[in-house]
Amino acid sequence: MKLLQNSGLVLFIIGLLVFTGIPFSGSYQLDRTMVRDHTKEMHQDAMLEVLEPIYEKTYASNFSFIKDFNDFFNAYNEELKEEQAWDKVIWDDYAFALTKAASSGPVEDAPLLFLALSIGLAVLGGLLYTLPLYRNKPAGIKHDGIYFSSMKARGWLGIITGTYLIVFYIILYWYPEYLTNLVIMVDPLSILLSGGPASQWFLYGLIYTLAILVMGVRMFRKYKGNNYQTIRTASVMFFQLAFAFLIPEILVLFNMPWHDFKNIWPLDYSFFYEYRIEGMVSSGALGMFMLIWGIILIVIGVPVFTYFYGKRWYCSWVCGCGGLAETVGDPYRQLSDKSLKAWQVERYLVHGVLVLAVVMTAVTITNYFMEFGMLEQATNQFHSIYGFAIGSAFAGVIGTGFYPFMGNRVWCRFGCPLAAYLGLVQRFKSRFRITTNGGQCISCGNCSTYCEMGIDVRWYAQRGQNIVRSSCVGCGVCSAVCPRGVLKLENGQEAGRINDMPIIIGNESIKVKS
Amino acid sequence: MSENTIVILGNGISGVTCARHIRKNNPNITITIVSAETRHFFSRTALMYIYMGHMKYEHTKPYADDFWEKNDIKLLFGWVKAIDFSNQELNFEDGEVVSYKQLVLATGSKPNMFGWPGQDLNGVQGLYSYQDLLNMEKNTQDIQHAVLVGGGLIGVEMAEMLASRKIPVTFLVREKGFWDNILPKEEAALVGRHIREHHIDLKLDTELKEIIGDEKGQVKAVKTSHGEIINCQFVGLTAGVSPNIALFKNSDLNTNRGILVDDQFRTNLPNVYAIGDCAEFNKPPGKDRKNIEQVWYTGRMHGETLAHNLTHEKKVGYTPGIWFNSAKFFDIEYQTYGHVPPTWENPTRSFYWESASGKVALRFLFDQEDRILGMNAFGWRMRHEFFDRAIKEGWKADRVIGQLDKANFNPEFHKKFYKQLLDKYNSENGTSIPLPRQSFIQKLIGSRSWNRT
Ligand SMILES: Cc1cc2nc3c(=O)[nH]c(=O)nc-3n(C[C@H](O)[C@H](O)[C@H](O)COP(=O)(O)OP(=O)(O)OC[C@H]3O[C@@H](n4cnc5c(N)ncnc54)[C@H](O)[C@@H]3O)c2cc1C
Ligand code: SF4
Ligand code: SF4
Repeated sequence: MKLLQNSGLVLFIIGLLVFTGIPFSGSYQLDRTMVRDHTKEMHQDAMLEVLEPIYEKTYASNFSFIKDFNDFFNAYNEELKEEQAWDKVIWDDYAFALTKAASSGPVEDAPLLFLALSIGLAVLGGLLYTLPLYRNKPAGIKHDGIYFSSMKARGWLGIITGTYLIVFYIILYWYPEYLTNLVIMVDPLSILLSGGPASQWFLYGLIYTLAILVMGVRMFRKYKGNNYQTIRTASVMFFQLAFAFLIPEILVLFNMPWHDFKNIWPLDYSFFYEYRIEGMVSSGALGMFMLIWGIILIVIGVPVFTYFYGKRWYCSWVCGCGGLAETVGDPYRQLSDKSLKAWQVERYLVHGVLVLAVVMTAVTITNYFMEFGMLEQATNQFHSIYGFAIGSAFAGVIGTGFYPFMGNRVWCRFGCPLAAYLGLVQRFKSRFRITTNGGQCISCGNCSTYCEMGIDVRWYAQRGQNIVRSSCVGCGVCSAVCPRGVLKLENGQEAGRINDMPIIIGNESIKVKS
Repeated sequence: MSENTIVILGNGISGVTCARHIRKNNPNITITIVSAETRHFFSRTALMYIYMGHMKYEHTKPYADDFWEKNDIKLLFGWVKAIDFSNQELNFEDGEVVSYKQLVLATGSKPNMFGWPGQDLNGVQGLYSYQDLLNMEKNTQDIQHAVLVGGGLIGVEMAEMLASRKIPVTFLVREKGFWDNILPKEEAALVGRHIREHHIDLKLDTELKEIIGDEKGQVKAVKTSHGEIINCQFVGLTAGVSPNIALFKNSDLNTNRGILVDDQFRTNLPNVYAIGDCAEFNKPPGKDRKNIEQVWYTGRMHGETLAHNLTHEKKVGYTPGIWFNSAKFFDIEYQTYGHVPPTWENPTRSFYWESASGKVALRFLFDQEDRILGMNAFGWRMRHEFFDRAIKEGWKADRVIGQLDKANFNPEFHKKFYKQLLDKYNSENGTSIPLPRQSFIQKLIGSRSWNRT
């Protein structure tokens, strides 16, 4: 078994190395037809001219190609900006599309081979490693050695992993042109699903989904015997695969807008953006359904489900960010900051982002109905700032890149506006709570340590108090790791849910209020 | 010399709870907690998890380090080498002297050593304090085999600790069943099986005769009562603990096995109290209770009660409620409520159910009038509130068994055994208690929580 697992690790690392190396392969040559095919008509003449010097030139790496491309492109724009010819400046980003078009080489010749050698090997290796995990071991908590692990306790492996993820996210969001070979590699898959070539987002969605699936299998192994964990893991795997990955691509195949039916505003912050609304409104009955369904989720779905089940119905059963956190991020859950200070920062930040998202959306909608009066400028500014700071930097770079440094729920805890909204409902109007079992707590600290949301669960448990916290995503791990069976996630009557002055059972001498 | 109103010797659960509650009741009294173990209060019950790498020491601290200053509780880190009761002073090893108006002794326990030959060899130790844990870390580096002596809760924990580092363990237990001086036969067998499932070489009915050392004073083997020699580089002595009262042995303080106290934790000396593991009641604090209570929860309740008395005119006597306790044997959680002795006689009646896997079990004891006396649960979490009430109110057997769905504290979607258990109960007792049904709506909106009404 060890042998199998070790070869799994080796395959995974080979896959990862191939994946990392692919962007550096191939050569790049641009010609006029490519420019014509990949630029908007209004920009075609300008672009054809701007790029004149690089036609017929063969570049041995994407670095030199992109450098030249940017030099000429930027020089053109700079000049116009100096002349204040704003309407002529090309704001569109053609770097990705043209680099992709210009690329040729082994990956383009045999994309499926490289797909198999990179992502394929990594997935296979991952499965070989995870499937035999804890074989012949009785069901139970599998946390031995976590704090001795370089990967899981901020050792050098963790630091390398975190750095890799951060770099990957930065390239993905802001320099996708460097990833074109990887995108070319998944083109056939994209064409199969949606009929069109892949974008960097398709690549990302594919990796994301596969990561959730493989690490979901690891969750099945790790939490064998704990049905709450297995069922909710299966649930996030399903929602990611079907709702976030397959269905949107298939919609595109049928000329519908790409749409993730389980993503809810304000996490889905662009839901009310003009192009999205137009896209839905102009897509017939199904498009209308998207719009109405989206709004129903926001105004009825969230409050009603959260009232009955707590925010967990979304955060650890449905959500894609939550899905990644609960699977890929599970090895890092113990790294969340439990200090009071972190809790204060969390409350300001997460509610701040919610306010920001609401204001931005309000401006967007007003602008929409005012038919692009003076608000247009503000709306665009707002969108780009929010998209950059929250949508990309916070949710992506920090949200996932920081797994090995600050735990797996950095985004969900400090940044997600939907989590803030769900949390408000959970805190003030819900049947969900974590019940503390009388006086059984021995203050060991397992629950607090393994709470990914940084909730000091023990603080409540040791005073016999139920845990009712807006941030709790109901992952159930505190309950799983408690060695004394003190914690139970449950839905029940609202009466008695919040017991601020708990009485610990067991001492009849006095009525002890903690 | 510093003046102090209340000095608490020992920063374990009992001393710390006492200090916290004094502060709650009175914002002004100066409170000082003294300990030489760790600067801050940590959870002794979590020692094993540090060794196993589940947590670090800092995670075992129930309160953040600034808690003490915020609550104006002074912490003194140092070893008290003598107490001058007549002058009301503590003498520290480093020469410091601290006076007190009232002294609370909460010095805890120490591992039992029964004078075994070789018990002072290197590599032989008990597990109680943080220092013991550090020693164990050192003593178990690169060893091939470990032997544990004495089958109690700390013994199982040590076995689990060593197993987590893949160190083979032989576990010598004097009794015929594991922990069968506390557990009934079936439960003892269940635990024994599970210990073996984790590849621990459990030797029941076996005593330690001698610990054998090498020329460097390092343990190299043990000899058992059956004459067997087992090579090992580490011996864990886990044959129980006893009150840590060495400091008071030749003083005016009355001691027996522990520091003798009345039901208000008063010792024979004025202004001196004792709580927690180190205290011994001069009479049992309740029916079926022992004079010495060495568990976490009782330490906490002692602290709460004494704090009340130290801050109120009207004093109360310590009246513990229904007994409860819990533990974990590797992967199997154990909870107990009320009184379940290892054996009983007619007319006490027992009902025992065990799952086919042999890892989940419940035991109920009923008196001659069919009222519940107590229960043991293995691998099945139970609601404390439910049994506290059922036992206090003396619920009849059928009522308890018929409402177990409400007592269930397992996580949602957990495998359900209730029907199996009911079938067995009904067929043994000729009853026909039905399985409570949930309506579709109830099922849909999820688990029900039980509220005391
Ligand atoms: C490994 C282990 C696991 C356990 N698990 C459980 C469990 O799961 N459930 C349960 O109910 N109970 C458990 N117990 C028992 C429980 O921990 C004890 O009952 C409880 O900690 C006792 O608390 P206490 O406050 O009486 O004393 P302690 O926690 O022992 O505190 C006494 C303190 O006083 C200090 N002290 C003593 N003398 C001096 C001196 N002269 N000068 C300075 N300082 C001094 C000691 O160093 C110590 O820090 C466990 C015990 C151990 C060792
Ligand atoms: S409190 Fe428990 S259920 Fe909630 S997020 Fe933390 S570990 Fe998960
Ligand atoms: S894990 Fe359980 S026993 Fe430990 S501190 Fe948390 S609630 Fe208490």
